Amino acid sequence: MRNHKAIITKERCIDCGECIRICQNHAKLPSYDPLEVINDYDYTVALPAPSLYGQFNNLDDVNIVLTALKRMGFDDVYEVGASAEVVSQLSRDYIKKHREQWPLISTACPSVVRLIRVKFPNLIEHLLPIDPPVEIAAKEARKRAVEKTGLPEDKIGIVFISPCPSKVTSVKAPLGMEKSNIDAVCAIKDVYLKLLPLMKQIDDPEDLAMAGKIGVGWGVSGGEAGGLITDNYLAADGIENVNKILEDLEDQKFGNLEFIELNACNGGCVGGVLTVENPYVAKVKMNRLKKYMPVALKRIESGDAIKPENAMWTREIEYEPVFALGEGMKDNIHKMNMVAEIEKRLPGLDCGACGAPTCLALAEDIVKGEAKELDCIHLLREYVHRLSGEISKLDPM
Amino acid sequence: MSDSIKLNYQINDEDFTRAGEASGDVKKRLRQMGCSPEVIRKVAIAMYEGEINMVIHADGGEINVEITPEDITMVLKDKGPGIPDIEKAMQAGYSTAPDNVRALGFGAGMGLPNMKKYSDEMHIDTVIGEGTTVTMKVYQ
Ligand SMILES: Nc1ncnc2c1ncn2[C@@H]1O[C@H](COP(=O)(O)OP(=O)(O)OP(=O)(O)O)[C@@H](O)[C@H]1O
Ligand SMILES: [Mg+2]
Repeated sequence: MRNHKAIITKERCIDCGECIRICQNHAKLPSYDPLEVINDYDYTVALPAPSLYGQFNNLDDVNIVLTALKRMGFDDVYEVGASAEVVSQLSRDYIKKHREQWPLISTACPSVVRLIRVKFPNLIEHLLPIDPPVEIAAKEARKRAVEKTGLPEDKIGIVFISPCPSKVTSVKAPLGMEKSNIDAVCAIKDVYLKLLPLMKQIDDPEDLAMAGKIGVGWGVSGGEAGGLITDNYLAADGIENVNKILEDLEDQKFGNLEFIELNACNGGCVGGVLTVENPYVAKVKMNRLKKYMPVALKRIESGDAIKPENAMWTREIEYEPVFALGEGMKDNIHKMNMVAEIEKRLPGLDCGACGAPTCLALAEDIVKGEAKELDCIHLLREYVHRLSGEISKLDPM
Repeated sequence: MSDSIKLNYQINDEDFTRAGEASGDVKKRLRQMGCSPEVIRKVAIAMYEGEINMVIHADGGEINVEITPEDITMVLKDKGPGIPDIEKAMQAGYSTAPDNVRALGFGAGMGLPNMKKYSDEMHIDTVIGEGTTVTMKVYQ
């Protein structure tokens, strides 16, 4: 907090969405595109995330949702879940062939990848270097649209229907690739309101579904790991838990796991801040919906844009040290000692009244020149008492 | 102001849930210092093993860490039973850990070998009945 406004230290932000979830005054709002973006293109394809299906009551056919998306104004739909099945297929193969990288860490959640990039450089080599399902879906969808319409690629709008704003950042600053294949990101909650009335009117839905159990399962924590068909995995969700697991992993506290699935949101993608339904309720709904689906529907086929080779990361993730206080080792040591000195003078209550989340954080901000000691109301009160004491001594009465 | 950071941790006995807090804190500081990922990893692993040993084998103790631009020195001092045969204790797989500790996943006898492997210098001073001091250094 600076000047009564919530400020985020950009370099350290991993887009986990916690700030949006927590603040009751909505001081922080996620950024994403309005639904009107579909007017910017001649032909648009919606890419619904699997978590979309968890938002509706008594849904037993995803085709109803997919048909309603078309009636809403999209020209076509391409389920991200279908591409998730392709990623599951590729992951199984990759994990089997790369024992030396065990445990491989999932890279579908961009916030997790960003957290590792700034805080756990030793774990970068464990990242599963496969593009996330939504990027693969975007490539396939564009190829299909070009084939169908003959339009040039830039007249086609690929719109991700997303549970989380972290994906918006990934479109602007992609991880593991030069340029994202997605043109716009809309919020599940915006689409939801439009879909509800349309879904009621659909008696005879089109057959548009392309994903099975495995693909749809990706929307919930544990779903990605489930698609690997091994027991030797760990799945954790919620940013605090994820952080703890990564700390332990870095200290080698786990034995021979093959795979670690991590989701920044509670419950997995269904817990994203752009969703409507409570994540745990959404999970129940998804499980119910999945029950009668075939295991998987999509594998890489010969006509696909995606081949095993071009679904891999083309750019390495590089460590971004954002925690250093100064420049160079000596300066850092000097500043850290200053922080320790200041911290001793602060009350240690972590009351947050100064605007920093903890006394330690305030001490760091002071050393960085972004705050001052009297921002602490406890120190300010002492200071005022001392002043008034001195003034009363001057008082001739 | 000196060119080093000095840290002190009191390690409680038998409190498994808190074991690892000291090495976790050191890790945080090394990140702030801008140490290389490799150094952070070596220190975290070596110190965590030592911390756990103090809790399991010696009813806790005290850890002093000094960080300079050249190296990180960790001194782990306990008033435990001491180590009768250091050479034997250093062997991979040697462990006297009791069953209840093994049930928690410790007792593979890999702690001291790992400390040796991940530190650049290691020295053990031990007196039976009085305690053990393990000194480790990791170069920056
Ligand atoms: N601080 C200590 N005080 C007394 N004995 C110790 C101490 N540290 C290690 N030992 C002795 O050395 C043995 C080997 O230690 P080491 O850390 O290699 O294995 P461990 O602690 O038994 O098992 P692990 O570390 O793999 O969980 C221990 O079983 C114990 O007998
Ligand atoms: Mg040990």
